[in-house]
Formats: sequence, structure tokens, C-alpha cells
Amino acid sequence: MKKTNIIQAKNLTKKFGDFTAVNAITFEVKQGEIFGFLGANGAGKTTAMKMLIGISTPTSGEAEVAGLDVYKNPEGIKKSIGYMSQKFALYDDLTVKENITFFGGIYGLSRQQIKEKSTLLINELGLQKVAGELVGSLPLGWKQKLAFSVALLHDPKIIFLDEPTGGVDPITRRQFWEMIYKTAYEGTTVFVTTHYMDEAEYCNRVSIMVDGKIEALDTPKKLKEQFNVASMNDVFLKLARG
Amino acid sequence: MGRVGDRMKRFKGFIRKEFYHIFRDKRSLFILFGMPIAQIMLFGFAITNEINNVDIAIFDKAKDATTQEIIAKIVASSYFSNNETIKNESEIAAVFKKGKVKAVLIFEKDFSKNLIRDNKATLQIITDATDPNTANTISNYTNSILQKYQQEVNKDIQIAYQIIPQTKMIYNPELKSVFMFVPGVMTIILMLVSAMMTSISITREKELGTMEILLVSPIKPFQVIIGKVFPYIFLSVINAIVIVLLSIFIFKMPVEGSLFLLAFESILFIINALSLGILISTISKTQQTAMMISLMGLMLPVILLSGFIFPITSMPLPLQIISNIIPAKWFIIILKGIMLKGVGITLLWKETLVLIGMTVFFIGLSIKKYKIRLE
Amino acid sequence: MSISIQHISKSYEDVTALKDISFEVKEGELFGLIGPDGAGKTTLFRILTTLLFADEGTATVAGYDVVDNYKDIRNHVGYMPGRFSLYQDLTVEENLTFFATIFGTTIEENYDLIKDIYVQIEPFKNRRAGKLSGGMKQKLALSCALIHKPNVLFLDEPTTGVDPVSRKEFWEMLKRLQKKGITMLVSTPYMDEAALCDRIALIQDGAILEIDTPQEIIKHYPKKIYDIKANNMYELILYLNEYQYNHSVYPFGEFIHYTDKRDDFNPDELVQFLKDKGLENITIQPTATTIEDTFMELAR
Repeated sequence: MKKTNIIQAKNLTKKFGDFTAVNAITFEVKQGEIFGFLGANGAGKTTAMKMLIGISTPTSGEAEVAGLDVYKNPEGIKKSIGYMSQKFALYDDLTVKENITFFGGIYGLSRQQIKEKSTLLINELGLQKVAGELVGSLPLGWKQKLAFSVALLHDPKIIFLDEPTGGVDPITRRQFWEMIYKTAYEGTTVFVTTHYMDEAEYCNRVSIMVDGKIEALDTPKKLKEQFNVASMNDVFLKLARG
Repeated sequence: MGRVGDRMKRFKGFIRKEFYHIFRDKRSLFILFGMPIAQIMLFGFAITNEINNVDIAIFDKAKDATTQEIIAKIVASSYFSNNETIKNESEIAAVFKKGKVKAVLIFEKDFSKNLIRDNKATLQIITDATDPNTANTISNYTNSILQKYQQEVNKDIQIAYQIIPQTKMIYNPELKSVFMFVPGVMTIILMLVSAMMTSISITREKELGTMEILLVSPIKPFQVIIGKVFPYIFLSVINAIVIVLLSIFIFKMPVEGSLFLLAFESILFIINALSLGILISTISKTQQTAMMISLMGLMLPVILLSGFIFPITSMPLPLQIISNIIPAKWFIIILKGIMLKGVGITLLWKETLVLIGMTVFFIGLSIKKYKIRLE
Repeated sequence: MSISIQHISKSYEDVTALKDISFEVKEGELFGLIGPDGAGKTTLFRILTTLLFADEGTATVAGYDVVDNYKDIRNHVGYMPGRFSLYQDLTVEENLTFFATIFGTTIEENYDLIKDIYVQIEPFKNRRAGKLSGGMKQKLALSCALIHKPNVLFLDEPTTGVDPVSRKEFWEMLKRLQKKGITMLVSTPYMDEAALCDRIALIQDGAILEIDTPQEIIKHYPKKIYDIKANNMYELILYLNEYQYNHSVYPFGEFIHYTDKRDDFNPDELVQFLKDKGLENITIQPTATTIEDTFMELAR
């Protein structure tokens, strides 16, 4: 199977007044890939991602996501992607089922589809016992796994994960990565932003943003070889120190 | 350096920091200085019980010398302007429907004749009571113009048994509503600035996590509180002065009583409000909660139950009883007493004691509730 | 002992935050409390800094009891909470001056202690704290926590959310402070920071899993770990989980960390098994144990 590009960005730029948050970045993400979008806080990751998910219009440059132009069809993009962020994912004061029903409804799933999907999802995650409980009462790790599944409810072509695994215990984190591998295996592209460099090691390819520019883009293995270091953390240290 | 010196330095450092916060936050600056001026102007100029050039229609069935004279007097006053003259009964409803005319004066047929023969004549005043305050005021003003006229006419004639009704407005003879509003507005502003701003500024430290650091430091909790409160005492006093000056110089409001007593009572009320603010901050975790509690728990009662807008005597009994626990009620009585009646502490000691009692109670309660730990 | 914790337990309503925690931190030690969010790290810090009462147990800091002598503790410890807890609307210098004042000291008096750290942010001393980058905020917070020369310093997740460069610099600063005799208790969710501490306690769900030097903790790991890689990660995980002799299978960066139940495990056998399943480009090689492996083994 020939892998096509599902995200294509060319000289994508975003300026706020005099400040260039994203400075002419060019990259592509292939279908079914796990793509790590790395950078320190304030490097421009979030701004770049907002342009890709259709909630911020670029100042200049071009970008296509799932075959749709970010200028002409941001609404279409929103329908073809899933999004999960660490800060906000689910409503704590709604139950597991209510959250699934709500987000299913937002993405236009029929009642029947929601019913089927929620049963499937609850069984897969082993949440049968807590399906009627408030999400706020669940452990952090469960919440994140549930949020991830909810973001996949409408079978998006790409899922954007914004700092998804911060602070969870190592075992849950691995379970989370297993879910990510599975998603990618089934053909959904996974776009992960993170500032945890060890997280980068799990990705197929990573880009590293420094001050609004993409300074490195390759597989973790090749980057480590290129900089002659043992970990992505060291790659980042070398890049940032120039 | 001695321990006292150390403490003073800490205290000064704390207060300096508080002033940085206040002067760097444009919102709080606006609430502190913009609001008092805006409110006093609003109540002074816009929201008023006075009437000015109200359009009236006149239906003169008599058309004799006396009615002409009375009409001339009414129209000559600055309160009314004769907008329409009506010729028959059916027109009355029509002029009201047009909306501009707020009252119709109807002089009965043979007005002068009746007045001379029976010493009695009828002038009917129909007012548009969709705006009850204005309606009421119109009929009061008309009555007083009529009475004046009667006095003038009867001056020379000796009729032994004629009783001339004489109502005299005391304390606020010109019925200036701004005089009634100033004490209320001052109360609201002092409450707002003192209670709301302190409770917000204390809960902000909790929200930011800086309270944690302050607690894990040698500075004592009561020093934190005093440091937080002191700048607001200072700013509230400035506010009180600004309000009093505005009312004296712009609205020509009299301050009959002692300025010293006024200052003392104001500071007492400010401390009372501050202790309420501290109390609110001990029970709220976020700035938002503090603000909600301040608005719902303090501002609404001050506006509705303190006698500022609605007279307490006309409230249902349960509300009258509740109004007693609202500090603002007592402060408004005190303010009106000092500013309008010119009475001294000999007549206000009771209200003052109530305020002192409440203040001590609130301070005691906040000290008890204040936590030196996080939970 | 600089910090001594004896059988501390703490619950919030229906959640148990700490279960019978005991350990000691020696004078001048850099001690790490390593565990994920919700493990109870912050609760323990708050008990030690006198901000919370424990339900059970006792603790002393710098020789003072956390309940009876809380005022002494508040004079002798420095505390850097997890969130950035400085005044955002005050400048760098105003923040530092303020904290110096409430501790009854001045910047000049203790300048030598904070000098190393403060010189890095001094060029921005007139900038509001809220406008600093993450790394600079952290340096300012550390300067403020040090301004009164504390004997013991509590740092609650000081490096969370900070970029790798600042993290590295921060740990270098802690090492230098340690040389000046300050005892430090640091909490972190990053397993890779464990190696930078003298001793660590692994904590999860309110219980201590193990306490020792990082080197010893790694030595205690009972199994040999193999790095496995193949052309398809997801299938690799599936088949390894299917393999009857597996002890543990965890994704670990570009590899899978695999351990086997048997003592006489032959990697070639496993490679053959995977090949039969249709995987290609299979590599398998022994690898060094990390703190994270140990943590997962203990937490199972």
C-alpha cells in the first residue's frame, strides 16, 4: 500500500503583531503514521496545531489536512479529525455514558450508532462497572484512555493529541501507547504534541520546533544517530543549545 | 534591629506589595475610583424623583378668571409645561394614549362661582400611573401650587373658619432625591470596595498558591490579614471623602452635623465591611466564589433591605426584622442623621453601638474561621 | 536526621492519599520522591511543611515536630510548591524583595546563596514575573524559596512542564546547593530524574514501593530485560502478549521491553515464534534496567 500524505504544510506561518509564533514550517505526515510534534513550551507547537485543526487561520503559507484546505474548508477539517488535550477532554460532572452520548451527538452520530459505539467502547476499556459513574471520580489514567476513545468515536482520519500522557503512572502510560499503536495500525494517523522527549521515542517520526521553526525532522533513530547521542532528550539539548 | 522593627519592616513590605497589586490591576482600579464617581453621578443626575417640565393637558370647563390665573401659575412653574388644551371629555383618553402627556387637570364648570359661593371648588387631577413615582409627585406638586395660590387669594379676606392645610417638608425641603441617595450610594460603595475587594484579594492568593508560601513563612496569619486589609481602609476612606466632597460641591448637599463624627462612623462602617470581606474569604476558595458571595450576600441586601431604595417601614414584617441584621441599614440611618438632620452622637449612640457590636462579632468569627493550614 | 517520617497516613473524605509512610532523609541529602500524579507526593509535602495535619503518624523536620513546633519549621524551611506560586503582577526584583522582607532578611544579606541562580534572571529583574518563560519562573521561584537560607528545602515537582534544557540546568543548580549543606526533598513524576538523586523513594497510590539509592534499586530488579523490535509494533505487542512464557511486555520508546518467566530463556526461540507469526526485521538484545522498569515491576 502506498502511503499518501494526510497532512501537508508548506511555509505555514502565523504572526501575532510583530511576533512570529510559527515561522514558515514545511512538513508532511503520512497516513497511518505516529507523528511526534515536539518543542519546548512557547516554541509554537500549539499555534501550529491550531492552524491544522481549523481553529486558527494562518497568516501565510499553505496547508492541507485530510485533503482539505485550511483556509477554504476549516469546518470540513473539524469533521474529519479527532482532538484530545490534556487540559480538557471530558466533563467531570457527567457520567461515562453521558460523555460518550454528548460527544457522539456533537459529531453527528445517530442514536443507534452512539448506542452501539458506547457499548463497544465501554467493553473494550473494561469500564462496565463504572459506566454510570461521574467521570470526575475515575482515576486519571482511566479518564485519559476514555478521552482518547471518545475522540475516536466518529472514526476520524487523523487524531490530534495535545500532551496526552503528562503525569500518569508508567504502566497506564504504556497502555495508552498500546492504544495509540492500535489506532495507527488500523489506519488512523496520530499527531502527538508533547514536550516530554522520552515520549518522542515512541513515534515513527518526529519534528522538533525551536522558536517557531522546525529544526529537525526524522525518525527518532536517525536523529539520535545524526546528533550522535543516546536519547531524544539529548537531541533536544543539542538543538536548543545550538 | 529589634523585633518590633523587624515586624514593622515586614508589615511595610507587605503593604507595599498590596499597593503594587492594586495599582497594576486596571479592573480593580476602576472599581476603586471609577465606580464611586460614576455611581454618585448616576444617582445624582439620572435617577431622580424630581419632575421637570412634565407635559400636562388642561381641560378647563369654566374658563373664568380664577382658572386662568391658576393655569398661569402652574405653567409658570418649572415643573410643568402646558402641552395641550382639551375641549371635551372624550379627548382625555386620547391624549394619554399618545403618551407624552403625564397628567390632565380638569377644572369643573363654574369653578370661580363655586369657590366664592361655597368656598369650595374642584380641580380633578388625572395622572398616568404607569409610572407611579412620577404620578405621585405630579399630584403633590400640583397640590402645593394650589395651596400657595389659595394662601395668596385668602390673604386679604378674613374668613375666620377657613382652614388652610399646610404641609411642610423638613430636612429635605426641596425634595431633592440626590440627598436621599447620597447616604445609600456611599454605603454601597464602601461595602463594595471594602468587602468585595478584600475578599477577592485574599482568595486570589489562595488561587495562585501564594497563600501556601505565605503560610510556610514566619509571617503570622493575622499580619497577612492586616496587611491585606490596611490598604483598603486607606482607599475606602479616600472614597468616602470623594463622595462627600462630590455631594457637597456638585449637589450642594448640606452636612449639618459634625464632620468628625461622620469620619468616625464611616471608618467604623469600613472596618465592619472589611471584617465581612475577611469572613467571606475564609469560606471561599476562588475569586469567583468570593465575588458571587459578596454580590449576592452583601450588595443585594444593601440595595434592597437597608432602606436605601425601599423604605423599611413599608416592608412586610419578616423583612423588617431581617433588615436589622444588615449593617448598612444602621449606617444609612447614621449618615442621614449626621448629614441631613445634623444630629450628634447623643441621638445616634444606639445605631453606633449596633455597628460596633456587629464589627466585633464579624472580626471574632473571621479569626476563628481563619486557617493557619490548608484545610 | 534532617527529615524523619514515622507511619504517616492521610485521607480525604473517601480517598486515601497516604498509607503508613515512613522514611528518613539525612542531613545534606538530595532525596527524590518519585511517582505519578495522584501518588500522594503533594500531600506528603504539605504535611511536612505544616500546611496539613496527618491523620496518623508523626514527622519532624530539622528536629522540629510538624505539629507542635510548626512555627519553628516555618522559619527554617524553604518551600517551592508545584504550581508557579509567585506574584505574576510583581517584577522579578519586587517578588524577591517581598519574600526577603517577610522572612525578615534582605537580598544583600543572603546574596551569596542565591547568586548562582539569580544572576541568570537578573537581566530581567524589572520584568513582571508573569511574563517570564517557564525556566526563568522556576529560577525565580527557587531564589525566593532560598532567600532566608533554609536548612531544608522542599521542592514539589519543580521540573514539571519545563523544557529539557531548563530541567537540566535546574538539577545542576540543586547539585550546587547541596554542596552548601542544604537538605533537599524533591518530588518528580519523571523517572529519568531519579538517577540524579542520592536516594529515592518510589511512591504510588499513597504507598512507598521502595527506598534506596537509584543504583541499588536497579540492582534489585529480578529479571533480565530484552529490547525487541520488529517491522510492526502493534502486532509485536499482540504476539508477545500471546507468548505463554512472557513475564512482562511494555512499549519502551522504539523498542518493547520484554522479560521472560523462565530462567533459561533462549531469545532465538522467541524470535522464531514471532517469525512464525509473520513479523519481519526482528531484533532482540539484552538491555540495561531503568528505574522505570523497576517502578512498573513493583507497581504490578
